[in-house]
Amino acid sequence: MKVSLKWLKDYVDIKLAPKGLAEKLTMAGMEIKDIQEVGGTWNNVVIGEVIALNPHPNASRLKLPTVNISTQQITVVCGAPNIAVGQKVPFAGVGAKLIDGHTGKLMTLKPARIRGILSEGMVCSEKELGISDNHESIMVLPSEAPIGMPLSDYLGDIIFDLDITPNRPDCLCTIGIAREIAALTGKILHQPEIHYEEMEEPIDSFISVDIIDPGLCPRYCASLIAGIKVASSPNWLQQRLSSYGMRPINNVVDITNYVMLEHGQPLHAFDYHKLKGKQIVVRRSRNDETMATLDGTEHVLSPDTLVIADKERAIAIAGIMGGLDTEVTDETDTILLESANFNQAIIRQGCYSLNLQSEASIRFDKGLSSDLPLLPLKRATQLLQELAGGKAARGVVDAYPGKSEPKGILLSTGEVKRLSGLKLNISRITEVLQSLGFECRYTDIASQISVITPYWRSDVKSSADLVEEVVRIIGYDKVPITRLSSPLPPQEPRLSATRQQSNLKQRLRNILTSCGFQEILTYSLTSLERLQRLSPKLELNVTPLKVANPMSKEQEYLRTTLRAGVLTTLADNQKHEEAGIRLFEIGKIFLPQPLPVIASEAKQSPQDKKRLPQEKEMLCAVLSGPRAELSWHGNEELLNFFDAKGVAERLLKQSGLKATFEASDDEGLLPGKNANIIIGGDKIGVVGDLHPKVAQAFELSTSVCLIEMDVEKLLGKITGLKKYQPIPRFPSITRDIALLVSKQVTYQQVEDIIQSFPLVAKVTLFDLYAATQIPQGKKSFAVRIVYRSPDHTLTTMEVDKVQQQMLNRLYNELGAALRA
Amino acid sequence: MLKQLEELHLEALAKLNRVSELKELESWRIRYLGKKSKLTQILRSLASLPLEERKKVGAQANEVKKALESSFTEKERHLEETTLISFLERQGVDVTLPGRPISIGRLHPTTRILEEICDIFIRMGFQVFEGPDVEWDYYNFEALNIPQWHPARDMFATLWIDADMGKGARLLRTHTSPMQIRLMERKRPPIRAIMPGRVYRYEATDATHESMLYQVEGLAINKNITLADLKGTLFEFCHCFFGQERRIRFRCDYFPFVEPGVEVAIECSACHGAGCRLCSYSGWLEILGAGMVHPDVLKRGNIDPEVYTGFAFGMGVERIAMLRYSIDDIRLFYSNDSRFLEQF
Ligand SMILES: [Zn+2]
Repeated sequence: MKVSLKWLKDYVDIKLAPKGLAEKLTMAGMEIKDIQEVGGTWNNVVIGEVIALNPHPNASRLKLPTVNISTQQITVVCGAPNIAVGQKVPFAGVGAKLIDGHTGKLMTLKPARIRGILSEGMVCSEKELGISDNHESIMVLPSEAPIGMPLSDYLGDIIFDLDITPNRPDCLCTIGIAREIAALTGKILHQPEIHYEEMEEPIDSFISVDIIDPGLCPRYCASLIAGIKVASSPNWLQQRLSSYGMRPINNVVDITNYVMLEHGQPLHAFDYHKLKGKQIVVRRSRNDETMATLDGTEHVLSPDTLVIADKERAIAIAGIMGGLDTEVTDETDTILLESANFNQAIIRQGCYSLNLQSEASIRFDKGLSSDLPLLPLKRATQLLQELAGGKAARGVVDAYPGKSEPKGILLSTGEVKRLSGLKLNISRITEVLQSLGFECRYTDIASQISVITPYWRSDVKSSADLVEEVVRIIGYDKVPITRLSSPLPPQEPRLSATRQQSNLKQRLRNILTSCGFQEILTYSLTSLERLQRLSPKLELNVTPLKVANPMSKEQEYLRTTLRAGVLTTLADNQKHEEAGIRLFEIGKIFLPQPLPVIASEAKQSPQDKKRLPQEKEMLCAVLSGPRAELSWHGNEELLNFFDAKGVAERLLKQSGLKATFEASDDEGLLPGKNANIIIGGDKIGVVGDLHPKVAQAFELSTSVCLIEMDVEKLLGKITGLKKYQPIPRFPSITRDIALLVSKQVTYQQVEDIIQSFPLVAKVTLFDLYAATQIPQGKKSFAVRIVYRSPDHTLTTMEVDKVQQQMLNRLYNELGAALRA
Repeated sequence: MLKQLEELHLEALAKLNRVSELKELESWRIRYLGKKSKLTQILRSLASLPLEERKKVGAQANEVKKALESSFTEKERHLEETTLISFLERQGVDVTLPGRPISIGRLHPTTRILEEICDIFIRMGFQVFEGPDVEWDYYNFEALNIPQWHPARDMFATLWIDADMGKGARLLRTHTSPMQIRLMERKRPPIRAIMPGRVYRYEATDATHESMLYQVEGLAINKNITLADLKGTLFEFCHCFFGQERRIRFRCDYFPFVEPGVEVAIECSACHGAGCRLCSYSGWLEILGAGMVHPDVLKRGNIDPEVYTGFAFGMGVERIAMLRYSIDDIRLFYSNDSRFLEQF
């Protein structure tokens, strides 16, 4: 919302400098986004009068006006076709800073010789002064403009651009902001006086108003002015509209806009003679009723929209835009002026379904007061008579079926203190509220008042609202700074689900970063195509949840896996990264939930027909490229499956878990090179090489290994409590053995047998050999076994005995032979 | 005998002089001072000598032994030192050669800042809770005093799951504030909680707009919690996070679910309040919205507003990260370019 300082000064005495005023308003809730100084650059531009006009001797298009600027008379060169003797014009002397009409840049005016004639100064266009884009003609000032006065004194202004929050539609006008300034600076608001002449004939003989649903239109006021002359508005009016960014049209339309900018009430003027049946009906639109609006668009309406109709048809979309059929034109001589109040929600609904907004609708859709329309109607009627002539019918229409009595809100000093922490006495509170137009009445209790909200403040409904009013006028900077003194809530126990989960996520992140992984965060929304790419067959295992109004195809579906985002990021980074890349994300995936089965349709609540998706915390990590950075230390090996598995093992080990890995059939991973991570019989994740087709689909350049874990399942496996184990008191005995087994035997099978002997404390595979020295179809495991007893020092004999039993079992069950 | 001792002394010293390694020194020791050395033999044979001679030879022999021992110790020390020096000389490397690289993992800047924000509030006794990203219209809007067709809906460009976009519809939460209601439904006062998470906006992206953001919501409810407590808590946070010297602005603002409403801004880091492009010439950078929990919101959480009061706040994590690290394009966060991420 733009507002002019000059205009504000019509209603309130302002002594503060613009910056100080802006700060006060900002602190009180009306943020000033910008302060624009009109005429701030107009040095050496004064008002002059064209007293003579001669042709240029060398150019037929140019003229030589002589301008009287009171201190002197100067003859300059001018090319504008509209210049004429007697005009008051802005005259720029040498040294003035003007906007170049062609380049748009600020330049300093210098004496110039134009087609042989010296010109020391110029008559300015609006563009040159930065007022508008008009560069065709010179700017003509009102005839009463005083000759010699600096233009900045005459036309200069400060325009504030305010961010008005949606709760304050009363501040979408000049008087509303002036009222705030008056309260904030302790001044009095002066409103324009209203009086106009009326003719004999009462308004009722011209028009009747019928409101079908008072809930949608609590009030409809109208006046009628006959015998007007439609013309362009006077200069001052045009300027005020322009300074608020509105285009002047004609005196009638301009006056409705002017009063809206003044009082915040949107008005609409109908050409009375184009109305049928001397009747206004406010009703919902009929289905498929059509109407062309002032902007020239033809609309097909629905009952979502409220319309103003005459006896036969809709003539305006209530609160949004007038109709073309009843538009005021140059021929119009009688006007029906509407000033009404509409339900905020129906206006919003209408704007939404018509995809149409206007200066009127952005006010109505915030909820204007139904007590507002009458005064602005009279103000506009007065201005119409003054500026367009004519006479008003006697009285006004005031259909007000939605009138409600204001209720008092009780406010005590205690309540102000309880909410704000500010200790104020009741007279100070009363004084502040009265300055904003609230009516305060004493009650039986000395520290309490009953407050009646002024009609324009329909946003104030409770004592909390009143507390805000008091505090913001006194100043938020006056609120003390205190520490929370209320008792702390009981802390969540260590093993509670909420604490465990956030702790676990943090721990997993820390482990992965310490393993050299970069954390990434990718969008929750993705494309269907990207999810499909994760399957070599381009099939989806889970149908993802779709956004009804996506911004783009790229962000249309809620992710059902972290893989797509992580792999996309990997591919993006491979484009510029030569070193190995290790990335991970810990985040939510969204799995649609099946609907519960409900026996009877009748018992269904809306929430039974839809469910929120399951939001599941997942971990996904990828590794690709060389294991070590390029360096003189060598090692150019590529990261592989066992790097990924090592990371998975570390993640689990540091969480106090031990998993087994079983070959899996995850279709996104390379067959034979991927494993399920199993803890206590449950699959909690998977580790493996990416399927080459998937890698190709994501345009990944090298082989990629992937780890995926279900964080919640992992959490379920963590018992949380660690228990101290005594440090072994007796020495251990270490034995290395080499076992020759057939290729089908897995290491897990071998280790399981070794581990089943109670004296075995630790088993480490330290070599795997399957080369020429080894018989065909065989491989050799070199294993180091540490034997230890908790209660005595082991003897060689004891260990020999156990190891022999072990070797027997290995031979019997797996055909494993000791290799010499 | 005495002469023999004298010769022995001289010989031993001469040999010692020629010793250049610790190993040689050891054989020297065995030869001249060991159990089988001549000197030991002489000392052992003393008993068989006449008393007078025994005294003389004994004294002399002991003197020679002492002298040789001290020469030995000195030589030993000397040799150890030279050995060490030559060892050190052999071990030297070009220390300017680069070390063996260890790959570095880092947290995403959003996570870092989020953890830092949470840590500050945790130290003030706030507990961390999380909630769903996909929400009901009720929690995201209605329960927060934003019914359908409310003008404040303009403040939240929403991505909807259900096309009817109204009552009972599902949506991607536009702020973390629905967690206020969810928490009140679960907990009784005293409540002191922060609720971080992702939020979503129907918004075209540019240098200052993103369709996905992180927020941290705060909520404190009990008897006697005031706007002054809110101010104190948020000032404390700003001081902890941005430093004691940064000026803070606490002004009136509007959010439908708080009353009175507050906006907090900190002094612009680029211009120190003078006004520049970064702060749109205001001198201030807005960092969070806050206020006293609206009585109607408390009621919906089954908390009696006549008895309890509370405050709530919400801050954008990326915005705060951008101020901390002077990042000028919000799109950098979730494009996850390693050249961006490795800077944190
Ligand atoms: Zn700045």
